[in-house]
Amino acid sequence: MEFPKDLKYTKEHEWVKVDGSIATVGITDYAQDSLGDVVYVELPPEGGSVTKNEPFGVVESVKAVSDLYSPISGSVAEVNDAIIDSPEVINEDPYGDAWMIRVEINSPHDLSDLLSADEYQKYIEEEK
Amino acid sequence: MTVNGTKGLLLEEPLIFERSSPGRAGVEPASFDVPEADVEGIIPKDMLRDKIDGFPEVSEIDIARHYTRLSQWNFGVDSGFYPLGSCTMKYNPKINEEAARFAGFSMLHPYEPEELTQGALQLMHELEGYLAEISGMDAVTLQPSAGAHGELCGLLMISAYFKDRGRPRTKIIIPDTAHGTNPASSHLAGFKVVPVKSEGKGVLSLEAIKEVMDEEVAALMLTNPNTLGLFERNIKEISDFVHKKGGFVYCDGANLNALMGIIKLGELGVDVIQFNLHKTFSTPHGGGGPGSGPVGVKKALEPYLPVPRIKKVRAKYSLVFNRPKSIGRLKAFYGNFGIMVRAYSFIRRMGAEGLKKASETAILNANYIKERLRGTFHLPYDEPCMHECVFSDKYQLGSGISTMDIAKRLIDYGFHPPTVYFPLVVHGAIMIEPTETESLETLDKFIEAMKAIAEEAKTSPQLLKDAPTKTKVQRVDETRAAREPVLRWRKG
Repeated sequence: MEFPKDLKYTKEHEWVKVDGSIATVGITDYAQDSLGDVVYVELPPEGGSVTKNEPFGVVESVKAVSDLYSPISGSVAEVNDAIIDSPEVINEDPYGDAWMIRVEINSPHDLSDLLSADEYQKYIEEEK
Repeated sequence: MTVNGTKGLLLEEPLIFERSSPGRAGVEPASFDVPEADVEGIIPKDMLRDKIDGFPEVSEIDIARHYTRLSQWNFGVDSGFYPLGSCTMKYNPKINEEAARFAGFSMLHPYEPEELTQGALQLMHELEGYLAEISGMDAVTLQPSAGAHGELCGLLMISAYFKDRGRPRTKIIIPDTAHGTNPASSHLAGFKVVPVKSEGKGVLSLEAIKEVMDEEVAALMLTNPNTLGLFERNIKEISDFVHKKGGFVYCDGANLNALMGIIKLGELGVDVIQFNLHKTFSTPHGGGGPGSGPVGVKKALEPYLPVPRIKKVRAKYSLVFNRPKSIGRLKAFYGNFGIMVRAYSFIRRMGAEGLKKASETAILNANYIKERLRGTFHLPYDEPCMHECVFSDKYQLGSGISTMDIAKRLIDYGFHPPTVYFPLVVHGAIMIEPTETESLETLDKFIEAMKAIAEEAKTSPQLLKDAPTKTKVQRVDETRAAREPVLRWRKG
């Protein structure tokens, strides 16, 4: 299972990649593996706003339906519509083609409590 | 080897549409004894339907065989053990069916005048009383047509209560061991959901509630026993605290089968509860339904109950509509009456002692399975359980076997699989609810099968991967079915 070092992570199993004022958000390899085959995903509209630690969408697999929690607050600059038609990409390439939303960050302060790859990996070891 | 499932002759059966033969019919209506009218001359054209393309035309025997064959591919509680956790798949006694078919009940028209429906009204009034007695509530409505409908009813009453006082509240607290319908019902009733985590031992703590409880919270919505099958032992302290902050305690009554005659939730501070008659009170589930989800409330919420209410004055029953604070009507007429008759029949037949015994046996059966499978399957919350127990696939994951494979293999042994991957707080959950229905012999056979499957997981995992092999339809592609669903038959 992979946990790229250049990403930040949440305890709700989302990853964040920060590029200037834009944060790209998706779910982790561990999340897609635990969910199993993803069959449906619901994302917020472009221009909408997301709030840190609040649900911004839904991901559904053959096993379960889960909320997606936003790691940061801000406005949605871009949405990956391609994964809505092909949710299987979330299982195949969770850190690449299956990015979910790009968010214009309100406050860089939001990033301070996110986990590093090592911290996240340790956290999921304990979760198991 | 303890294989209970075996092969039998099952007949192929096409879709009803594919059985069709033009002009074939099951009945021949008598010829008209009045002059035939030109329909298009009487009814506006845009209100007439077109010919249905592909509408099946079959004879009576075709249709009888069609559905009989389909029913033989099926598995129900009348065919075998059905330990679906959280669903309470208890046996539905046939006497319930007989009572529901009494002509005085089944032929009743909902618009018949009160003088002619006294028996039905009496049954409903008494059933309300029994449910109030079992739960420790002050008043009950029988109107909601399912568990989640009951949740909505309860939450709408709570909402109305606060609006009535000019201090609307906006939030509902829901623990992570709740039924999925709880947050959904809260949203539908216009509330915002505040999730709260259960503590290490799988139950709610007062501290966790204190952190999120404020004067914006209309209610705490919990399930007791919770979906891990554990009794929420801090419920009294938690309820007292929620009440002190002016909130209500809603208990999802889906797991009431563990509590009848043992405790009354009303005495533990619960203000609202819904009863799933198709679970605890032995009325049919799903396709055998419809469901029924009566709601019980404490005095403070009574004015908000849906109309009509049933009133008894001396020996006469009547329907009361004039209740200005009521949230209104939730269902056409009076709810799913036929289901009420079945639940009434169950309660009367069991009696107070019988209901208590049912709950005690349900708890005993679940603990028996839990203890006998300890060591074979992982117990994520190793606490004395109530009417259901939750295992996980942790010990089997090393062989590449997961919960789904174990569940599918159980079918080959002649058992319906338990609930899987729920509750969500357990990875790879296997949730077993035997109910009071089952004998020791059945439980032992199930336990043997589970142990045999755990052994197969080590020695021949492919058996599990290929399962089920004895069913008419074998392992289905659930992923593709969800991604590319075909929901409608189309000609051609």
